[in-house]
Amino acid sequence: MTGDGMFALAALLLHALGFLVVALVVPLRRLGRPAAYFSILCAVGSLASALIAWQRHIGGTASRLVWAWLPADGQTLTSVGVLADAESTIMLTLVALVACLVQVYSLGYLSDEPPAALGRYYAYQSLFAFSMMGLVLAPNFVQLFICWELVGLCSYLLIGFYYQKPEAARAAVKAFWITKAGDVGLLIGIVLLWHQSGTFDLLEMQGLVESGALPLAGLSLITFCIYLGAVGKSAQFPLHVWLPDAMEGPTPVSALIHAATMVTAGVYLLFRTEWLFALTPDVLALVAWVGAGTALLAAILACAQDDIKRVLAYSTVSQLGYMMTAIGAGFATAGFFHLLTHGVFKALLFLGAGAIIHAVHSNNLPDMGGLARRMPQTAIIFLIGTLSLAGIPLFGGFLSKEEILGAVWAGGMTGPFVILLVVAFLTAFYMFRVVFLAFFATPAAHDTHPHDPPMAMALPLWILAVLSFGIGLYFTVAGPALPFGPAEAAAHGPAWLMPVAVGSAVGGILLAWLTYQRRIIDAGALAAAFGPLRTAAQKRFWIDDVFEAAYGVVLLGFSRAIGWFDRYLIDGVLNVVSAWTLTSGDDLRTMQTGRVQDYVYGVAVGLMILLLWVQLA
Amino acid sequence: MLLTLSWLVPLVGALLLLLVGNADGRRDGMIRWLALGVSLIAFAVTLGVWAAFDPASAEFQFVERHSWIPQFGIDYFVGIDGISLLLVVLTGFLTPIALLSSWGSIERKVKEFSIFILALEAAMVGVFISLDLFLFYVFWDAMLIPMYFLIGIWGYDRRVYAAIKFMLYTMAGSVLMLVAILGMAYLHSAATGSYTFDLLKLYSLDIAPQTQMWFFLAFTLAFAIKVPLFPFHTWLPDAHVQAPTAGSVILAGVLLKMGTYGLLRFSFPLFPEAAAYFAPWLALLAVIGIIYGALVAMVQPDMKKLVAYSSVSHLGFVVLGICAMNTQGMQGAVYQMLAHGVSTGGLFLMVGMLSDRRHTRLIAEFGGLKTVMPQFTAAFLIMTLASIGLPGLNGFVGEFLIMLGAFRWAPAFAVAAGLGVILSAVYMLWMFQRVFYGPVTHEANETLTDLQPREWAGVLPLCAMALVMGVFPTIFLKPMEASVDALVLRMQATQTVQVEIPVDRRPDDERRLTTVTERVARR
Repeated sequence: MTGDGMFALAALLLHALGFLVVALVVPLRRLGRPAAYFSILCAVGSLASALIAWQRHIGGTASRLVWAWLPADGQTLTSVGVLADAESTIMLTLVALVACLVQVYSLGYLSDEPPAALGRYYAYQSLFAFSMMGLVLAPNFVQLFICWELVGLCSYLLIGFYYQKPEAARAAVKAFWITKAGDVGLLIGIVLLWHQSGTFDLLEMQGLVESGALPLAGLSLITFCIYLGAVGKSAQFPLHVWLPDAMEGPTPVSALIHAATMVTAGVYLLFRTEWLFALTPDVLALVAWVGAGTALLAAILACAQDDIKRVLAYSTVSQLGYMMTAIGAGFATAGFFHLLTHGVFKALLFLGAGAIIHAVHSNNLPDMGGLARRMPQTAIIFLIGTLSLAGIPLFGGFLSKEEILGAVWAGGMTGPFVILLVVAFLTAFYMFRVVFLAFFATPAAHDTHPHDPPMAMALPLWILAVLSFGIGLYFTVAGPALPFGPAEAAAHGPAWLMPVAVGSAVGGILLAWLTYQRRIIDAGALAAAFGPLRTAAQKRFWIDDVFEAAYGVVLLGFSRAIGWFDRYLIDGVLNVVSAWTLTSGDDLRTMQTGRVQDYVYGVAVGLMILLLWVQLA
Repeated sequence: MLLTLSWLVPLVGALLLLLVGNADGRRDGMIRWLALGVSLIAFAVTLGVWAAFDPASAEFQFVERHSWIPQFGIDYFVGIDGISLLLVVLTGFLTPIALLSSWGSIERKVKEFSIFILALEAAMVGVFISLDLFLFYVFWDAMLIPMYFLIGIWGYDRRVYAAIKFMLYTMAGSVLMLVAILGMAYLHSAATGSYTFDLLKLYSLDIAPQTQMWFFLAFTLAFAIKVPLFPFHTWLPDAHVQAPTAGSVILAGVLLKMGTYGLLRFSFPLFPEAAAYFAPWLALLAVIGIIYGALVAMVQPDMKKLVAYSSVSHLGFVVLGICAMNTQGMQGAVYQMLAHGVSTGGLFLMVGMLSDRRHTRLIAEFGGLKTVMPQFTAAFLIMTLASIGLPGLNGFVGEFLIMLGAFRWAPAFAVAAGLGVILSAVYMLWMFQRVFYGPVTHEANETLTDLQPREWAGVLPLCAMALVMGVFPTIFLKPMEASVDALVLRMQATQTVQVEIPVDRRPDDERRLTTVTERVARR
């Protein structure tokens, strides 16, 4: 048992090794490519360890390795270590896989970067993978929070990788602030929970919950606070605004952090603590409604984007909303399953988009077109990802989407269910809009000659494509039982569910085909039909503006007022007091005239007063 | 003897430097090395104390007592427990770094400068090890003199104003404290017939609650000014901005902690009932300070001023932890003192380096420095992240423990403090973005040199310490554990008698708070 935990631990520590060596051995880092090779070597080792760990825990055994970290009253307040079980090791495998593939891919994608920048990039990458694995394997809330913050830091550093671009710097700091706001909620939730239960440990707490020993009073507030952390990290409304801007980072980073792993940490957190959230149905309902609302909002926004990465970013927000809705409906496993498949095909889509951007040197859809002929491999790969995301049968995304729809229906949440169906339609529409515009439309006039990516980039793409298709095929052929967690037979909805879901996806594809391929429907007219909605979508529903105003006007304005208050009132009062001391000193000095007569008068008057006082007393 | 050495070494070093003839400044180099050598020896002595320290004991260790003015019961009485031990080591750690920081920037009166720094170190160590109130007061005020001159002579353009302001503020508080100290000796004499300034004897003195209030206020005012607690903080930005880099490092790193140390060592344990009564009010000021300091920091155009106001915010956390009066709160408070010393000391050090290069500290004058100074930027980033309490670095442990402690005591304060955590990320990272990211906007910045080996010598230990404190907190929590527990027990025992709540290690916080506030309302 303990031995099995060692594999998970090794997966984690190999990335730590990669980070430490690349970060501390300065000459290696400055060489660039050798640092990258070392980091990739660690990542490959880590992937192997993770696969073994997954294989060892697939049967449902759990192993736990912990070391004391903070002491309290002679005991341990909290520890660090790994908790490896079926769920955490499969997530670990996903992280290890995508991290490894992205590192390989980056070799090609960032080949033009100066060596020092490349070394720095790989140091951040390794630190991220380490932190993310620490989060996944966390045996307690404190380690989870620590790693939660560290992945946020890596996200900040990697979004700001092109730090000379002011937009990148701004996006980096925006992401950090907004997620930090959620993180403080999470921290407060964790501390409140500790106060209530006396422990940070996940297993101990689960035991308390299952034995009914955890007091329920105020638990809704606690789960709400924890959920706040997930809202920030997993880009739920209204804190989703940072994720589209995060696309300023290099595309492989977007694939790893802002699609497959870090942004799903919120979903993972809720999945890991579903036994806790199950005690607070009110918060779960909130999770479901916010999730569905986020899914719809982001899907609408994705339709109005011309930047291929932003389409994918909003699509990620939308899919995260999908997962959250399933969790809110009470079927966390369905959400987790979608997390896994989404991790694979969304990484694929981002890396595919990266291949296009690498070839065309532009993010804008109008600059692309006709790429299917020039980049046939990329086109196939991208199509596989798109079909998977759209939820077409036989592809990975189909199964998990179906699970979610079934779960939401079974959870009795008709409202969110209808919203999710609409989102399924929109998802197919905006993704095929991208496909038709980028690969099939008349080529834009460009002097570059786009071609398929080099080996380092193509290989990870093919692996992910095979997996996206393979997962779907495997489950369709070999049977629907999920290889982890409790069987979710109840989550399978009524018989009409699959045709309706697939129908809405096909409808979306059809509409995109008619509009952007056949041009039977005029794109301008289609947009005009949604007049106000389109305007709102182009303005991002003014949510970003609200944040901007909250920061620029309210917070800074208030701070300026306080700053003025500090300088002129608090300090001013003290300056007045001291000035008054000085002037009164001056005034008092005039009493000392130096003339003997004045002093004699003074003594005489004083004596009289004294005598009078003695008499009266 | 080892403990006495820890303050005697720098003092003797200062006296020796006095003897070096340096009228024409020819021996500046030698004096610099001498001073650095002395401070390193002093640091080694403090490490020696740590090595010989028994972490299992809550008693004062390395106790030395010699009669000084027997008529009034004044002794030379020193000793340390786990709390003061770490502060002494911090002082020993930061002084060589402060001396290194002045290597290039202090060019006139090097001898006098070095003497003042060493004298300052002696006085600071003295403050932390004194167990006799009179001796404590002597060190407390002695520390003012070198600091006054450091700001007044080697400071920036408004140095005299800042130096006098610093002096007057501190004096105003410490005069009241002196009266209270004399009053304590008088109380002891009234109760037992003999004067004493012995802290341990005074701990066991039974003082009427009403009297405690006045004494508590007198002591606490002196310490609150030093911390500085809102609204007594306005000397701090002036002093910091005007002080030379070494002065700022020591001011932020050690001097401010003398205020919070005073609360822990004197105000709270000497007058526990008054402390229980005033704790919510003190915590209120602390929380106001956390948010207020952060908000004011947000709009500062001057980097040094920004860091100075961030200190107001961070020290508010420390006071909040102390007020919680439970294990986590106290542990967190001491840890945060150390962490703040390292990270804010580091920030001042590095802002000073920029200021030496460009002769300005205005954020708007910089931009894109990451391109020209990558190493400097990396080190500055570590210090920035440490300051905003990122896990894995030193600031997190203290803030986390304080949050735990505060939640056990009064959740509302803890939530407000949580807001301060967000704000600190906002103002620190905003500054970082404006200074280091983006394209190079000013021509003068294009030729800036990166960190030099001598500068690394100061920055590297701080970065390493920030990491070690963040990853292996037990190293620092273990030695203080017994002392903190003893202190907490002492505070809680008295409260139980007075407020009549269960002695449970996790008391019903709300009830305690309402009891205290009820009593406040009744008056």
